[in-house]
Amino acid sequence: MAYDKFDILTSSAVPLPIENVDTDQIIPARFLKATERKGFGDNLFRDWRYNADGSPKEEFILNNPLYGGKILVGGKNFGSGSSREHAAWSVYDYGFRCVVSSFFADIFKNNCLNVGVLPVQVSETFLDKIFTAMEANPKTEIKVDLPTQTITILATGDSESFEINTYKKGNLLNGFDDIDYLQNMKDEIASFSETLPL
Amino acid sequence: MGKTLFDKVWDTHVVRKIEDGPDVLFIDRHMVHEVTSPVAFLGLKTRGLKVMYPERTFATADHNTPTINQHLPVEDPLSASQLKALEENAKEHGISHWGLGHEKNGIVHVVGPEYGITVPGVTMVCGDSHTSTHGAFGAIAFGIGTSEVEMVLSSQCIMQPKPKKMRITINGKLSKGVSPKDVALYIISKLTTSGATGYFAEYAGEVFEEMSMEGRMTVCNLSIEMGARGGMIAPDEKTFEYIKGREFTPAGEAWDKAMTYWETLKTDDGAVFDKEYTFDAADIEPMITYGTNPGMGMGISKQIPTAEQVGGGVSTYKKSLGYMQFEEGEDMIGKKIDYVFLGSCTNGRIEDFRAFASIVKGKKKADHVTAWLVPGSHKVEAAIKEEGILDVLTEAGFKLREPGCSACLAMNDDKVPAGKLAVSTSNRNFEGRQGPGSRTLLASPMVAAASAVTGVVTDPREFL
Repeated sequence: MAYDKFDILTSSAVPLPIENVDTDQIIPARFLKATERKGFGDNLFRDWRYNADGSPKEEFILNNPLYGGKILVGGKNFGSGSSREHAAWSVYDYGFRCVVSSFFADIFKNNCLNVGVLPVQVSETFLDKIFTAMEANPKTEIKVDLPTQTITILATGDSESFEINTYKKGNLLNGFDDIDYLQNMKDEIASFSETLPL
Repeated sequence: MGKTLFDKVWDTHVVRKIEDGPDVLFIDRHMVHEVTSPVAFLGLKTRGLKVMYPERTFATADHNTPTINQHLPVEDPLSASQLKALEENAKEHGISHWGLGHEKNGIVHVVGPEYGITVPGVTMVCGDSHTSTHGAFGAIAFGIGTSEVEMVLSSQCIMQPKPKKMRITINGKLSKGVSPKDVALYIISKLTTSGATGYFAEYAGEVFEEMSMEGRMTVCNLSIEMGARGGMIAPDEKTFEYIKGREFTPAGEAWDKAMTYWETLKTDDGAVFDKEYTFDAADIEPMITYGTNPGMGMGISKQIPTAEQVGGGVSTYKKSLGYMQFEEGEDMIGKKIDYVFLGSCTNGRIEDFRAFASIVKGKKKADHVTAWLVPGSHKVEAAIKEEGILDVLTEAGFKLREPGCSACLAMNDDKVPAGKLAVSTSNRNFEGRQGPGSRTLLASPMVAAASAVTGVVTDPREFL
């Protein structure tokens, strides 16, 4: 599924300073029953966001009108657990285009990249700086510049570079995905398969 | 410089290397289930693509399926529609489909090895993180997302940067009452849930050499819970003995040809790992978790550590214990439980039922405990009956359910109610994992059995 190109994103953000946020929290298993990819944003962080009767939990950050924007900033080891891509879909569908953390679980990171969400891994120090800045001002803007691979807290001027491999960067900048790439390799794949031991 | 087992299998499958990008990796076997595949098949349709190698693709229904009355129509309309989508997609693309009611139906990671789809030296993927299970055979097996499922369906390849390599060696002998599940929970408690992120793990040493194939599957299954992409164990005589004669295993000349390859599948002397860990088998006791991730585990006779003892994020740690309604420094033994779950791709195989039965034999289930005993497949279910295990369980007051993932992730009706405490042989104790508000203690089948009998968290060594 194609996604919007990613270039430079300047936005306020939503802080979630919790470690080991697993994909069961991002989207609980009971919401994985769709056969089409739509509506997942409504159930993003479902059990942290809503009471059992469907009323919003006031204390949860997504229900706090002071915070909003296209960037989600999470604690260390974000996205661990189940490989469900629905977690990345929920994040995207809710309106986030970028997730920032000091550490991501592998599969979640891949899933994000495959659906057009940019995972930006920063140092623990920089992550703390973001949380501190957002505590001081919930409207703090963050600039994520993919071409130069830098993330900046605009109010303080603090900046850090982040890594992304050239191939994935190209995909995001152009809105391409791996399936497009692999379709152009079909003959090479077929001849390669003949050489395999099993 | 020598190569590791992981290098050998990975390098054999690289179709193309992209500079400063991922490898294009050929996938030998692709397992598909009803939850993570519908959107991938829809993607194929939108792009006008076909499944490239239907004969390398196997579909089974497991995540959503009920565990009682499987002969009746599935009541939940959303589950029913996913199951129907899988059936129709499999039919349209000529893929074998072991749906509900099929004699080969069961949990994707249980049926793969049962029918010889899983063999050494192959690459295997599935849209499920516990695909790492198949690494027990010396395969490279890992979980993927739905976009990647679409990728593999349409091209039989996946684009992945090569992970780093880790070796975890455990020498010595395991004590009585210590099972493969305890070994895995012990390792995760030492490494934490992110300690192996970015790595592929190889398990080595006497403990794994002596472990049964099913025990190895349990250990490899849980590799993902320490963040690893997967885990693997070098194939040996035990592996070859286990796979020989199964339906999809190579036979005759193909077997001989495969053996030539398989015999090369071990880490060379002098091969270098990016990270090594060594543990002593004697330090491992039956384990139990107390928090809300699989890394929050400890020896069952110990006390819950304090936030300061574990270090790291204190507020997150306290939030976790708050959710579990536990206090720092408390004993786990003696805590009253409400539910017991035996099953899942971690512990739903015949050996797990044998272990459970060995403890409950001649005893009675505690009245207040609800026990869900769910075989991983119809084949496991049949063996439970043939071996007389069902009689033992019935006499002890237990009932057997029908195969599926069940209360491991509670996508079907098997949900632990809010606030209730469950001892579960499954793989995750995340908040709400077994139902909204449910509280999960991960443990081995023996710990689950001992606790089911007494009604409180119990050390199975009392019954040995």
